[in-house]
Amino acid sequence: MPLAATQTSVPVVVDNDKCIADKGCTVCVDVCPLDVLRISEMTGKAYMAYDECWYCMPCACDCPTGAVTVNIPYLLK
Amino acid sequence: MKRSGAISMGMDGLNNAVIPGHATPEQYTKEITIANDGIVNQAAVLKYAQRCYGIIEELDRFGIRFAKTENGDFAVKKVHHLGSYVLPMPNGDTVKKALYRQLRRARLLISNRYMATRLLTGADGRIAGAIAVNTRSAEFLVIRAKTVILCMGAAGRLGLPASGYLFGTYENAANSGDGYAMAYHAGAALANLECFQINPLIKDYNGPACAYVAGPFGAYTANNEGARFIECDYWSGQMMLEFFNELKSGKGPVFLKLNHLHEDTIAEIESILHKVERPSRGEFHAGRGTDYRRDMIEMHISEIGFCSGHSASGVFVDEFARTTVPGLYAAGDMASVPHNYMLGAFTNGAIAGEDAAEQAYGLDFAEIDPVDIARERERVLAPTRREDGIPPNQIEYKTRRLVNDYLQPPKVRRKYELAQARFAEIRDDLENRMLARNAHELLRALEAASILDCADMAAFASLYRQESRWGLYHLRTDYPAKDEANWFCHTLLSKRDGRMTGEKRAVDPYIVPVADDEKALYGKQRLRASA
Repeated sequence: MPLAATQTSVPVVVDNDKCIADKGCTVCVDVCPLDVLRISEMTGKAYMAYDECWYCMPCACDCPTGAVTVNIPYLLK
Repeated sequence: MKRSGAISMGMDGLNNAVIPGHATPEQYTKEITIANDGIVNQAAVLKYAQRCYGIIEELDRFGIRFAKTENGDFAVKKVHHLGSYVLPMPNGDTVKKALYRQLRRARLLISNRYMATRLLTGADGRIAGAIAVNTRSAEFLVIRAKTVILCMGAAGRLGLPASGYLFGTYENAANSGDGYAMAYHAGAALANLECFQINPLIKDYNGPACAYVAGPFGAYTANNEGARFIECDYWSGQMMLEFFNELKSGKGPVFLKLNHLHEDTIAEIESILHKVERPSRGEFHAGRGTDYRRDMIEMHISEIGFCSGHSASGVFVDEFARTTVPGLYAAGDMASVPHNYMLGAFTNGAIAGEDAAEQAYGLDFAEIDPVDIARERERVLAPTRREDGIPPNQIEYKTRRLVNDYLQPPKVRRKYELAQARFAEIRDDLENRMLARNAHELLRALEAASILDCADMAAFASLYRQESRWGLYHLRTDYPAKDEANWFCHTLLSKRDGRMTGEKRAVDPYIVPVADDEKALYGKQRLRASA
């Protein structure tokens, strides 16, 4: 059964100018209970790799620079 | 670990605090017995009730503050039908961090990002350890242990939220029912799984409207006329049935009503609800222009799940949190002590830990059969060895969509039989065609297997109990009445010779007697018009 890539709008948005993941910070990745955030190898910044969000907020609240915003997923907004 | 568990941000209060001067352990035990239609193991409830105040004092020492009156007494609120057990936590948003600090202080070994997949038992049936897989690297781990405590939360991804978003659940979506599946495959008995968790929630957002928080301030559940229709906002099966009936009548939808309250009161409620348990709620309401001062909050009935926090189901445990497998313990939302909530998880976790440590002392490790490990390695890694196949999210979506179609009460036998046939087809796909392209997808693939196990258990348990009980939670159309003569008992589901089996287990004689005229107090939920 072949696979297709389907687009999805992700709820967690990271402000690259504020994100300090390239300086070694991994707070948002570490606190996510669903383990859906990653550090991009291309930009060195955090991003949402999987659209599997419980909109629970630790990533935003624990971010030391206020770079992370959690939006309500579109399907239930 | 920092943000794991049913609550990742915090909790706004204790729902079941038994505090000297406000309630006695016996009163609490009686109320929980009545709220669960009598089917409880009172010894476990009473033990919790006796121990929980000590845990509150411990939390207090950790820096978690509880609401106090001007005299310095705990400001306990009444939400339950009979007694007063709700204690607000003004700095409840700090609870997770305070607990994590204690773990670090005790210098405990914490291993993050390993998912437990199966338990190991020895030839004598005793617990021998557990198997885990790393969700970042797919590293396969065998852990030997003399005793094991399962504390893996609810089966929160069983039904599909009406939004269609797989992770838009009431429970923390990380709690996918793996503990129930592991206990089942280890041969442990699971009690009363037909007593589903169904909750009254904010529509679409699918988080609690929090009548427990807002109720003591004067808020209440109302119909589309703004009128009350239930006497008590405490969650019980009978309350949910009245909620369901109101939704189906011309008087739905149902709302949480605050707009009659004073501005200062609303601001205080808002400051709690938008800060602690589910803080994204404020953003959700803002997006729709919902203002508590003007608007009622639209609610609906959630999809089904397993969770003893709000029902009477779970891995069967005694008053020491022991399951029916020697050396295996269970605590929290997945264990069968009813209406546990957060304080129950802490208290029964402590009870389990103390007994498990005591039992382990002097014991030797049980022997592990290498065949068991090889079989589990093959099961766990199979989705990674395929070039092509069905992604875990499609397997999960289909399972959960069928759970909604067929298992959501009222329960109809023919629908349940169809569900079992469809689940068997999905199981064939899951075992032979599911594809995981990386360690993260493998995590979701293993969760999909637990979800399917839970769906099968929900169907089996519901068909086994041939009566209706617990209001909407187990409402059967073919057996619409409660049958005390034949079904005043626990139902235990377990795996025997590779097959799902059911049996009855008598309810142990009550330690705290319940008078006949008290038994039906939770049955009278609908508000009657007064003259």
